[in-house]
Amino acid sequence: MTRLFAALAGSVLAGLAAMATAQAKDTITVGMVLEPPGLDPTAGAASAIREVTYANIYEGLTRIDAKGQVQAGLAESWSISKDGLTYTFKLIRGAKFHDDTPFACNIVKFSYERAMAPDSVNAQKQLFEPIARVECPDDGTAVVTLKRPTALFLFDMGWGDAVMVSPKSAATNASDPVGTGPFKFKQWVKGDRVEMVANPDYWGSRPKLSAVTFKFVSDPSAATAAVLAGDIDAFPLFPAPEALDQFKADARFAVHVGTTEGKTIVALNNTKKPFDDIRVRRALAYAIDRKALIEGAQSGFGAPIGSHYTPGDPGYIDLTGQYPYDPAKAKALLGEAGIKPGFTMTFQLPPPTYARRGGEVIAAMLDQVGIKAKLVPIEWGQWLDQVFKRTDFDATIISHTEARDLDIYARDKYYFNYNSPEYKALYKQFVEAVDPKVQSDLVGKLQQKLAEDEPNVFLFALAKVGVANAKIRGLWYNDPVPANDMTGVSWAE
Amino acid sequence: MLGYLLRRLTILLATLLAASLVVFVVLQALPGDPAALILGTGAREDTLAALRHQLGLDAPLWWRYATWIGGLSVGDLGTSFTYHVPVAELVRQRVLVSLPLAAFAIALSTLIAIPVGVAAAARRGGAVDTGVMGVAQIGVALPNFWLGLLLILLFAIRLPWLPASGFPGWDAGAWAGFRALILPAVALALPQAAILARVTRAAVIDTLGEDFVRTARAKGLTRRAALWRHAVPNALIPVVTLIGLQFSFLLAGTVIIENVFTLPGLGRLVFQAIAQRDLIVVQDLVVLLAGSVIIVNFIVDLVAAWIDPRLRRVGA
Repeated sequence: MTRLFAALAGSVLAGLAAMATAQAKDTITVGMVLEPPGLDPTAGAASAIREVTYANIYEGLTRIDAKGQVQAGLAESWSISKDGLTYTFKLIRGAKFHDDTPFACNIVKFSYERAMAPDSVNAQKQLFEPIARVECPDDGTAVVTLKRPTALFLFDMGWGDAVMVSPKSAATNASDPVGTGPFKFKQWVKGDRVEMVANPDYWGSRPKLSAVTFKFVSDPSAATAAVLAGDIDAFPLFPAPEALDQFKADARFAVHVGTTEGKTIVALNNTKKPFDDIRVRRALAYAIDRKALIEGAQSGFGAPIGSHYTPGDPGYIDLTGQYPYDPAKAKALLGEAGIKPGFTMTFQLPPPTYARRGGEVIAAMLDQVGIKAKLVPIEWGQWLDQVFKRTDFDATIISHTEARDLDIYARDKYYFNYNSPEYKALYKQFVEAVDPKVQSDLVGKLQQKLAEDEPNVFLFALAKVGVANAKIRGLWYNDPVPANDMTGVSWAE
Repeated sequence: MLGYLLRRLTILLATLLAASLVVFVVLQALPGDPAALILGTGAREDTLAALRHQLGLDAPLWWRYATWIGGLSVGDLGTSFTYHVPVAELVRQRVLVSLPLAAFAIALSTLIAIPVGVAAAARRGGAVDTGVMGVAQIGVALPNFWLGLLLILLFAIRLPWLPASGFPGWDAGAWAGFRALILPAVALALPQAAILARVTRAAVIDTLGEDFVRTARAKGLTRRAALWRHAVPNALIPVVTLIGLQFSFLLAGTVIIENVFTLPGLGRLVFQAIAQRDLIVVQDLVVLLAGSVIIVNFIVDLVAAWIDPRLRRVGA
């Protein structure tokens, strides 16, 4: 009995101690909908991996900041040769991995060569494809030579897929991540949370938080309850838009609305009849009221887009006026293309709300112009197989979350089967341009070309809607890359 | 008895083998390549092939089935595609949540249902009976996930007594862990208790009308003694059978309740593993869950035999 009492008293004390540290406010619990499948961003595409580890545990030579700009990371500076082929990176001195491996040029060589190797399982292997070789004139300098000029190379090397990994721990990073970042992995309670603590040996300025916990709550009602109860301090991609009014009205919480790179589109199968006809694709674009769609499917959160580029991206031009909502014009174009009223097209809808709810709203709009939309809900595995791999579809609603991914329209084989030699030529000019002014000019032309051809119907950029305790400072309100960078986060007094 | 046990054991193994074959075949037929799900839309064909090789998915089907079953037979459950840790370790962690939750819920529902059911039967037609059975009728109709949300609203938000969701782990202390299980266990137990109470009441009322109870009363036993010594023990067989059946429902219920309360249990694991095509985890869990249902049914048979000696003679 005494022992039982002692055990009870002990656990009560432990509970009180936990409460005491929570009151000191140098720790934070961040909510996420999906648990990451592993914690190695160099071996998986899931955003959740980056949302936990990017800039917290792992760092790359460059880093993408809250505005989507390239900043220095483990390379403190760099110079680019006139021909745009040789990048000389000056590396941070004194940085080391959480397993004490020192960071030097051999790490850069190892990390990039690992990503390029034949047995590489890097989800963005094509980012490394332009690299011809990595050389180490000395420990503090890395020289990367490219096969051809690559406009976005520094941006690309800031992706989670291009972070530096230690040869000693690279193979086990998925379950026991080791990086050079300001936070060290502590533990992963599978199905519940990942915990990390401040890295006392960090090379840069120390983070203000002593510990960060990422907690996984998939159910929208449960997420709302957890934030209301204070179990979760910040939920940067909050899954229950219908609960936002409640949080706005409550002074304890702040609601943050920002943008993401998620270009939400009606992707069309451009080789399938009648979608190979530009008049049909344009008719679909005229038939969809983007404003009403954002209102109906996204509770009003989201910014209309007119091409495959988001308002926050460098060189963005506003093309949302290209196909204003005009059902009469849509009908006329359909008539010209020989589409009879009552024509049926099928939409494959993956699980996210933007697709499922968006599909219903779009079906109602298409009904106005005489098109019957058949909605087929499918799960991700099936989407990847049927739509993405076998391109066996009419239309699908999907959000492309990779930043500045204009390249997908220049690929020889990509699921929507857009094949335009003019676009490919423009894109080649763009990546090979060395002058930033010319680059930015070409980015504009690429957007215009897409809006003109309308291979897909460009709908809106997904918003980032987050809820957090009003006293938290320094969270990212936008999502230029999937990340929850905790280095600058703190609690106000 | 030995022959009986051996026969049951053979049936158990045959059922498990059949379950394993069914789940393996179904998962193969399901569209969705695990490697494509892991690497997403940017992946190149050579990267996908490299990952498929790493995961062992490029081997012939029969070979994959044989190595899986071979591993299972020596206790090796394989390695999760998504968590990159041995499945046995995942299961061990999750069982520490799901099993206490299920046990807690079963205990709670039994402790509520049997006294309530017996009391209602003893005062059949009275105010207590009508009241209790009215509440039970509502309980039967309540979906447990909805009840769970109501409980969260009331006891975690309106009255901040209990955590709204999540599980701190047993390392955080027995009380902290137990606290996190209270609301989900209540959400699981109440609808079950409602059903169990109704069955208990009906069974006791049946036995109360039997000759042997009348004889006991005629011998001079009090109403109370006749009820507890003769009627209730004889009414227990259907009740125990139902508790066993409820265990299977409870396993299904935990999948939903563990999602509502974001508890890291087996139910949530299997749910996630299906969405992520973590094939090996789904295969292992289906076999484990099938096995535990079969074992619980077996235990129920043994308990029934212990309660009623007649079943022992017939069974052996």
